[in-house]
Amino acid sequence: MQYEPVMGLEIHAQLNTNTKLFCGCSTEFGAEPNTQTCPVCLGLPGVLPVLNKEAVELAIQMGHAIDAEVNKTSIFARKNFFYPDLPKGYQITQYEEPIVGLGHIEIEVGGETKRIGITRIHMEEDAGKLIHGAGMEDASASFVDLNRACTPLIEIVSEPDIRTPEEASAYMKAVHDIVVYLGISDGNMEEGSFRCDANISVRPVGQKEFGTRTELKNINSFKFVKDAVRYEIERQIDEIEDGGTIVQETRLWDSAKGVTVSMRTKEEAHDYRYFPEPDLLPLVLEEATIERLKDELPELPAAKKARFIEEYSLPPYDAGVLTAERALADYYEETVALEKDAKAVSNWVMGELLRLLNEEGRKITDRPVTPESLAALVTMVKGGEISNKIGKEVFEEMYKSGKAAAEIVKARGLTQISDTGELEGIIDGILAANSDEVERFRGGETKLMGFFVGQAMKATKGQGNPKVLNQLLRDKLNG
Amino acid sequence: MAITREDVKHVAVLARLRPTDEDIDLYTGQLQRIMGHVEKISEVDTEGVEPTTSTVPLRAVTRDDVIKDSLPQESAIKNAPIGERGAFRVPKVIE
Repeated sequence: MQYEPVMGLEIHAQLNTNTKLFCGCSTEFGAEPNTQTCPVCLGLPGVLPVLNKEAVELAIQMGHAIDAEVNKTSIFARKNFFYPDLPKGYQITQYEEPIVGLGHIEIEVGGETKRIGITRIHMEEDAGKLIHGAGMEDASASFVDLNRACTPLIEIVSEPDIRTPEEASAYMKAVHDIVVYLGISDGNMEEGSFRCDANISVRPVGQKEFGTRTELKNINSFKFVKDAVRYEIERQIDEIEDGGTIVQETRLWDSAKGVTVSMRTKEEAHDYRYFPEPDLLPLVLEEATIERLKDELPELPAAKKARFIEEYSLPPYDAGVLTAERALADYYEETVALEKDAKAVSNWVMGELLRLLNEEGRKITDRPVTPESLAALVTMVKGGEISNKIGKEVFEEMYKSGKAAAEIVKARGLTQISDTGELEGIIDGILAANSDEVERFRGGETKLMGFFVGQAMKATKGQGNPKVLNQLLRDKLNG
Repeated sequence: MAITREDVKHVAVLARLRPTDEDIDLYTGQLQRIMGHVEKISEVDTEGVEPTTSTVPLRAVTRDDVIKDSLPQESAIKNAPIGERGAFRVPKVIE
């Protein structure tokens, strides 16, 4: 029998705010345990939550980015359960009336565009962090750090529109691109700022009803989501083919073993008894706020990529790399405004600049080489003042020292030698010193051309204009 | 809606309580009376009335995203068994 997988993703993204959702404690990652807490986020009695305005605005922005209706009135709810990382015994979230309703995004898989519906986006607070025995002095205990408790999250819930592991991964990536681009979340998956749960079921092709679903929890990479979903689809099909039934349960992806394993939870664990949060009044948004945030919405990655292909005639690959991050796209456009050779600039940005940034783990926002400096360098290389090879050396020095290209070229005497007379003299010397090779070349061993070019570049310390050198060598050897 | 002893036991598990048999009898009766009161309210005709989650005509206020001082670590964990590196220590939880 043929089976069709049906999947939906719930993505949690930590909002890029300075403070927590309901109190003024910092959300900075990596502090000493329990140094960013207060009576509100510790869940002490007698305190009241006060909503973070910035978190609300970021959630609204995400709503606009997925072309969704932003609800003028939304309410917060209590989701009740006990876990040591949840100090209040309940999580403040949104249940019946979330801040953002139905929307959608487009994904690209295998050259095809597909629309994935988004059911809703709601705001909620994160839990604290549990540190288990290993490495701590008492291996028989767990330790709780509440710095992360009450950190603002949005949960983005997709429709069950996803059909393949590739689509699941592409969808997760597309949402990631948007939140990072808009600065809604830093999207840091290692620090847990961006993670997803996948709901998966399979059904015989042609059947309308959904099969029983399982939920895979806390997937934090685009690769893991693909692998985990693929494994789980196969597991479910095998189970059904063997005459078994799928149990509705929560499972975990074990990336080391490449399998999903059942997370044994008590039946009652899912009885959350949601009810409207009595400590928070309904969130009522002004139309003007919703509209202002819509107007402020910058061009989204997919639209920017299409424009780069169109406006700068860039290959889709280049356009994709350059628009993956807003700061990089801005940098590129500022550079292209000064040096119109869009492909040449793209090559320098993607090649040298990104390579050095990646090597040192630096961000494009540092701008170690300004757009003005890079544009000047590209112009020099194009104009033949320096060779491409020398250009790369100059770029490295620009990157390290912050000096302008012209300054470096001048100080180190790197200007390309294009003067025919000067190069002719050098070539004559080389041909005289290598008469054997000259004879062999003239006897038909034309691959020796590389040897002569190499010698000439060596003699000019890499500053000989390769075009002129090649032409002169060819003329003299064949003449 | 009738409240049974099983309902009470279920809620007790959710609340991490261990009521005695007598407690269960007592709570079953009490909860039954509370549910009876809710049923009485349900008799009111609410046709055309907007559902509401708050009885005061106010909306949520928001605050600016400005960092305020947190508690010192020693204050935060003062009333708890101290673990290592300033973390709260709890019985081992294994997922």
